Amino acid sequence: MLSIRMFEGFKFKQRKTPIHRLDPRPKFMIALTIFALSLIFANVMVFLLLFLAQLPLVCISRSVRRWLGSIKGGAILAAMIFVMNFLTGSTLVFSATMTLRFLVLVSAFSLFFMTTSPDDLGLALEKARVPYTLSFTFTMAVRLVPTIALEAQTIIDAQRSRGLEMERGNLIQRIRNYIPILIPLIVSAIRRSTELAEALESRAFGVTKDRESLVELRMKLSDYATVIIALAVLAIGIYVQLLITLPSLDTGIKMPALWKF
Amino acid sequence: MIEVRGLHFSYDRDEVLRGVNTTISDGEFVAIMGENGAGKTTLVKHFNGLLKPTKGEVTIDGVSTKKTTVANLSRKVGLVFQNPDHQLFSETVFQEVAFSMKNFGYSEEVIKKRVDFILETLDLSSYADSSPFMLSGGERKRVALASVLVSDPKHIVLDEPTIGQDFQQKDKLRNFIIQMNAQGRTVVIVTHDVEFVVDCKPRVILVSGGHIIADGTYYEVLSDTALIQKASLTSPQIAMLMLSLKDLGFNPKILDIYQAKADLEQRLSNVVYKDV
Repeated sequence: MLSIRMFEGFKFKQRKTPIHRLDPRPKFMIALTIFALSLIFANVMVFLLLFLAQLPLVCISRSVRRWLGSIKGGAILAAMIFVMNFLTGSTLVFSATMTLRFLVLVSAFSLFFMTTSPDDLGLALEKARVPYTLSFTFTMAVRLVPTIALEAQTIIDAQRSRGLEMERGNLIQRIRNYIPILIPLIVSAIRRSTELAEALESRAFGVTKDRESLVELRMKLSDYATVIIALAVLAIGIYVQLLITLPSLDTGIKMPALWKF
Repeated sequence: MIEVRGLHFSYDRDEVLRGVNTTISDGEFVAIMGENGAGKTTLVKHFNGLLKPTKGEVTIDGVSTKKTTVANLSRKVGLVFQNPDHQLFSETVFQEVAFSMKNFGYSEEVIKKRVDFILETLDLSSYADSSPFMLSGGERKRVALASVLVSDPKHIVLDEPTIGQDFQQKDKLRNFIIQMNAQGRTVVIVTHDVEFVVDCKPRVILVSGGHIIADGTYYEVLSDTALIQKASLTSPQIAMLMLSLKDLGFNPKILDIYQAKADLEQRLSNVVYKDV
């Protein structure tokens, strides 16, 4: 069963590493570059390269175990992407490419959220002139992901204690088995958000239009260098995609037509 | 019988239980107490196999929890979670309570009979067709309780059953628990509520830092001030009153109101009233 603990891979933990010390904007630039490259390419070698290129960053950020957790959690969805692509007529290599694309994105955003504090993220959004209420909502949502994941695990435990077997039945039945999990989770999230809104209003949230921040984000030399490197990688990627034909590894192997849906 | 032998359990790298050993016999009434984070809930989650020991063994009626499924164990061990909102999802209270019976494969006839009975017992019959989400906190808690008790498990584990209950509901709950226990069911409650424990008079297992630091009758454990402090609990109010009157000769080991009343009556009968 999909472990809720995979969400730990998206939770910020304070560590003293060069990646953690980076300003959130260059880190977001890295994630965005990987995201953009994932969209413009459809070559399995490129995705493999993008995936492997992140490993040194993960090691430097000393978050290997939690990163592995998020990849492990994502692996179940990745397997579904592979199977669905392959069964619906895509080639073996194309299915693997789509799977890798998903894992590359999971990895990039996992690394970003593991190393960026929600507070810094909020400050960065404010710097980008995103209205405070919106940036606050976003950072609050990021902050609540692990809490909601833990709550989901408790709900799963409570329903299993009443004899619910998540893996029982055919595909439709298995999807239905999630109803007793999702409804309490949604109800609880709505209750929590209402209570949170009331608590915020009680503490005069949104009264002052012009907010001042105690902490000011300042880009350092290493931050500028990271942005330049990320932009250079993106530019090279666009150049390669437009002007160079990468060798295709697609052997054309497909699922026999007999097995098609 | 619930047997726990050398139980260790870790969440990732954090060891929460560190060599817990205990046996809970059939028909016993046990309260597991201790500070927040002591490992109480983690311990009882082993009783129906939700958690499997990192080291050691937990057996339910001789069957290791490692060798069977949660669904199988749930037939024997009914675990009622602390927060009812973590399990309510059905359109009506009736359907909510019937959920576990359906999972266990009972016939519609048996389900109707059992659900009606348990709703009646827990004073919920008038809400049978209501949405569980529209009920008050205390009522939702009772629905959660009913939804587990409906399948008539042999061992019942209640995690913080008194939280969110007013005095009258607490009193009803106490009577209900005592009644279930008198019918031969094993009852295990996880609680911080010392007054409730004094009222119920169960065997008390005191957990602190992942260990059992005391195991005895409610009187032996709760009258030991040092133990109570070690587990970040507070003594029952009567015990605190008696302790504060120790210099006047009152017995600080008195825990409940009936003992205190008897003691006071005896003292007052010895007082010689003088005309002013």
